[in-house]
Amino acid sequence: MAKRDIPEINAGSMADIAFLLLIFFLVTTTMDTDSGVFRKLPEIQPEDLNPPPVKQKNIFEVNINRFDQLLVEDEEVKIGDIRQLAIDFIDNGGGKTADGKACDYCEGNRADDSSDHPSKAIIAVQTAQTTSYGMYISVQNELLAAYTELRNRYAKKYLTGKYKGLSYTDLLNIQKADKENLDVKAALTKIKEAYPEILSDAEPIK
Amino acid sequence: MSKFGKKKKDVPAVNTAALPDIVFMLLFFFMVATTMRETTLLIKPPKLPSATEVKKLEHKSLVSTIYVGKAKNTSEGKGDKIQLNDKIASVSDVVNFIYSERDKHDAEEQKAMVTSIKADLKTNVGTISDIKHELRTINALKISYSSGTGDVSNNFK
Repeated sequence: MAKRDIPEINAGSMADIAFLLLIFFLVTTTMDTDSGVFRKLPEIQPEDLNPPPVKQKNIFEVNINRFDQLLVEDEEVKIGDIRQLAIDFIDNGGGKTADGKACDYCEGNRADDSSDHPSKAIIAVQTAQTTSYGMYISVQNELLAAYTELRNRYAKKYLTGKYKGLSYTDLLNIQKADKENLDVKAALTKIKEAYPEILSDAEPIK
Repeated sequence: MSKFGKKKKDVPAVNTAALPDIVFMLLFFFMVATTMRETTLLIKPPKLPSATEVKKLEHKSLVSTIYVGKAKNTSEGKGDKIQLNDKIASVSDVVNFIYSERDKHDAEEQKAMVTSIKADLKTNVGTISDIKHELRTINALKISYSSGTGDVSNNFK
């Protein structure tokens, strides 16, 4: 008996089935990579700890009231002004650090009534209980942007060697691609030491 | 003459044999990339703020998300609600929530854990501050205020 040929399976509709599945997954996919404004909270201090004395001129006070109005150093300002005001304050360099070094990379006015040194400049944000979260984030964002701008400038001017001429943001991108790179880490630490991020949140006013 | 009286040639059919392969390739890509939403929101989907200084959160498994916003169901009452996992909780539950999230990872990974706060634009800062206080008591210090990329002027009216 002659062997019968097995008829070929018609695969014409396979594409249709695959399409159906494809469309299902296309619709259900959410490609949301979570992103956000990063902050590190301060550790809880023991109650009996006396905070070290801070000169009033080294504190940059940002007040947001319950109507989302802004008060910076007792003057009413708009959100767009905060970044420049913060830069002026951090970069003032009017005095010396605790170990007696003046800020040789600062380009501020060196005014007597503003911060001594970037490492001493504290930015304090005071909100009300019912301030809107949107406004709060906006202010945080502007303040962080001020630090980034200063760090970028510092990096471009003072980095030497392999990363000469790169900005802080560039370095962060390099680090993201190559986490183990010690050179980048060292460069970033140097920049962060020059302009440390000192942002403090006060308890909201009830 | 016959040379010129040729019949018009048929256009050959395009070979679609490779079409399933291409579709399958796309299918596999989306199957792998898909993450099914694992929490159902009990609060109204929060309208996240936009910011320019955003960082992407890496290692999704190390992120614990806290949702803050108004309840969908009006019987839950008015005001800002905090959602942890699949239920609306109070501020004091945040501590237990973080502990349970930590339990899923070993000591080395716990250091890298981040708490992402997904809060609506109109939330009160007081609520956020309460959450932050709870997080500080258990040393969950790395937080991320979840936000989109964009100009800050969209954050307030």
